[in-house]
Amino acid sequence: MLRFTLGRLARTLGVLLGVSFLTFMVGHASGDPVLLIVRGDATVQQKADLRHSLGLDRPVLAQYITYLSHAARGDLGISYRQRVSVSSLIAQRVPNSLELSCTAFAAAISLGFALGVLAALNRGRLADHAIAGFCVIGQVVPGFWLGLMLVLLFAVHWPLLPVSGYGDVAHLILPAITLALPTLGRMARLVRAGMLEVLSSDFIRTARAKGLPERQVLLHHATKNALLPLITQAGLELGDMVGSAFIIESVFAWPGIGRLTVNAVQQRDFLVVQGCVLVIAVGFVVINLLVDLLYAAIDPRVRAHA
Amino acid sequence: MRALITLYCSPQTRTGLIILTLVLAIALCAPLLAPDNPYGVNPGARLLPPMGTAPLSDAPGAASERHLLGTDSVGRDTLSRLIYGGRLSLTVGFLAVLLSAMFGTLVGALSGYFGGWLESASGWLIDVQLSFPFLLLAIFLLGALGGGTLAVVLVLALGTWVNYARIVRAQVLSIRNHGYVEAARASGASAARILFLHVLPNTLAPICVVASFSMAQAILTEASLSFLGIGLDPSTPSWGTMLNDGRDYLLSAWWIATMPGIAIGITVLGVTLFGDGLRELLDPRGLR
Repeated sequence: MLRFTLGRLARTLGVLLGVSFLTFMVGHASGDPVLLIVRGDATVQQKADLRHSLGLDRPVLAQYITYLSHAARGDLGISYRQRVSVSSLIAQRVPNSLELSCTAFAAAISLGFALGVLAALNRGRLADHAIAGFCVIGQVVPGFWLGLMLVLLFAVHWPLLPVSGYGDVAHLILPAITLALPTLGRMARLVRAGMLEVLSSDFIRTARAKGLPERQVLLHHATKNALLPLITQAGLELGDMVGSAFIIESVFAWPGIGRLTVNAVQQRDFLVVQGCVLVIAVGFVVINLLVDLLYAAIDPRVRAHA
Repeated sequence: MRALITLYCSPQTRTGLIILTLVLAIALCAPLLAPDNPYGVNPGARLLPPMGTAPLSDAPGAASERHLLGTDSVGRDTLSRLIYGGRLSLTVGFLAVLLSAMFGTLVGALSGYFGGWLESASGWLIDVQLSFPFLLLAIFLLGALGGGTLAVVLVLALGTWVNYARIVRAQVLSIRNHGYVEAARASGASAARILFLHVLPNTLAPICVVASFSMAQAILTEASLSFLGIGLDPSTPSWGTMLNDGRDYLLSAWWIATMPGIAIGITVLGVTLFGDGLRELLDPRGLR
C-alpha cells in the first residue's frame, strides 16, 4: 500500500506541474493585462513602465516560475479589474460552491443508488422502464436547460420557490436538483447494471440457497458488492458536477466559483480566470488521488496491478 | 450493408437511427422546410406565442402569417430558426467529432504500438487534460481564443480526443501481439502498413461507440458555451445561441428557450440510443 501510495503521489505531482503550466500558458496567451489597466490615453512609455513594474517583460518561463512559487504560498495575484487579491475572491466563493455541489452530490448518489437498486429488483417491469425514462432525461438535454424549465414550473407557473439568488434553503433546492439530475441518472444506470450482475453471481445463489432472508441477501451481500465499482465513477461524477456547476451557478445567480469564472471570462479578467481554473483543477486532481487511494485500500487487486 | 441490417434489428439502435435520420433530413432540407427566413426581423411580430399570428406588413388589410412555435424578441420565427439552427449545431458537433477522432486515434495507435517515451508522454498529457472538467477547459480556452465557430470546433475536439486515445491504445496493445500482426511483421511489412492495414481496422467498432457519445457531448457542450455567450456568434441561429436569446425572456416568453432545448433533447436522445445499442451489440455485458 505504501509503494502504491508513493507511486500515485509522484504521478500526481507530475500532473500538477502540467496543470499549472498549461493554465499559466493559456492565461498568458489570453491577452495583454496592461491594456486592461491603463487608460486609453496612456503613452507607449507609460505602458512599458507598467509592464516592467508588473514583471511582464521577463521571459515567460521566469514569469511561470514566479507565479508557481507565489501560488504555492496561496498568492494568485491581483485582479486587474476589481483590484482585489484573486485568492480572497476565490476564498469568498468556494464555500458557496461547496454548499451547492455537496448537496447535489449527496442527493445524486443516494437517490441514484436507491433508484438503481429499485430498477434492478423490478427488471423489465413498469418501475424499471419508468426509472430508465426518468434517468435518460438528464442525459439528453443540457443541464442548465433543465434548470430553466424547473424555474418556469416551480418559480413562475407555481410560485413555490425563488427564481434565483443565494439565501436560505429554499434558494438551494432548484439549483441542487438541476445539478444532481444528470449524475443521478448515470449513477442509477450503473447501479442497476452492477446489481443485475451481482444478483446473477454464484455467491448470491449460495446465500439464497442456505436460506438467508431475501432482505439480508440484498442488503448484506448484493448492494455491498455492487457498490464497489461506483467509487471510481463517483469521483468522475464529482468532476463533471464541478464542470456543470459553472453554468448552473450562472443560471441561478449563485455566488460560487463557477459564476466568478464565467463573469471573469466575460470581463476578460485573466488572472481571476487563471486562478479559478488552477484551484478547481488542483482540487479535482486531489479528489482523483483520494478516490484512487480509497479504491486501493478497499480492493487489494488494484494494488497488485499498479 | 450487413452491419446496417444488424443495427436495424436491435430496437434501441433502430429508434436511434430513425430519430437521427429525421433530424439530419430536416437539417439538410432546411431551405425547403423552414416556413420563414430565420434572419427575418419583423418588429410587428415581437414575442408572439406559439400559434400566434401577425400581419406581414403595416399596410391595412395586409395578409397575416401564423407562427407555429411563436417568435423571438425581434420577431424572428422560432420554428425556422430551430430548423436552421440544427444545421449549425450538427455541423459543429460533427466536425469536432471528426477532428478529435482522427487526432485521438493517431495518438492512441502510435503510443500503443511503439510504447516507450511516446507512451509516457501521451499518458501524462492525458492525465493533465483529465484534471480539468471538460466544460471548465472549454470555457478557459474559449476565453483565450475568443468565440466563433472555428474556435468552438477546436475546443470541443480538444476536449474529447482523450477518449479515443485511451480506447485505441488499449485495443492496439491487445491486438499488437496477435498472430496475424506477427505474421505481417515477419513478412517485412512496415510499421505504418501494419498499423493502418492490420491494427486500426480492428479498432473501428469501439471508435464508433466513443464517437457517438462524443457527438452527444459535443452538441450539449456547444449549447452550453453558446448559452453563456462565449461560443458561437450570437447572431447566427444555433440551438445554443437560441437558448441564450430566450434566457432574458424566460418569464415573459417561455417558448424561446423551451423549443431549442427540446430539439437538443430529441437529437441527443437519438445519438445516445444509437450509441448505447451499438455498445451493447459489441459488448454483450452491457457495461462500460
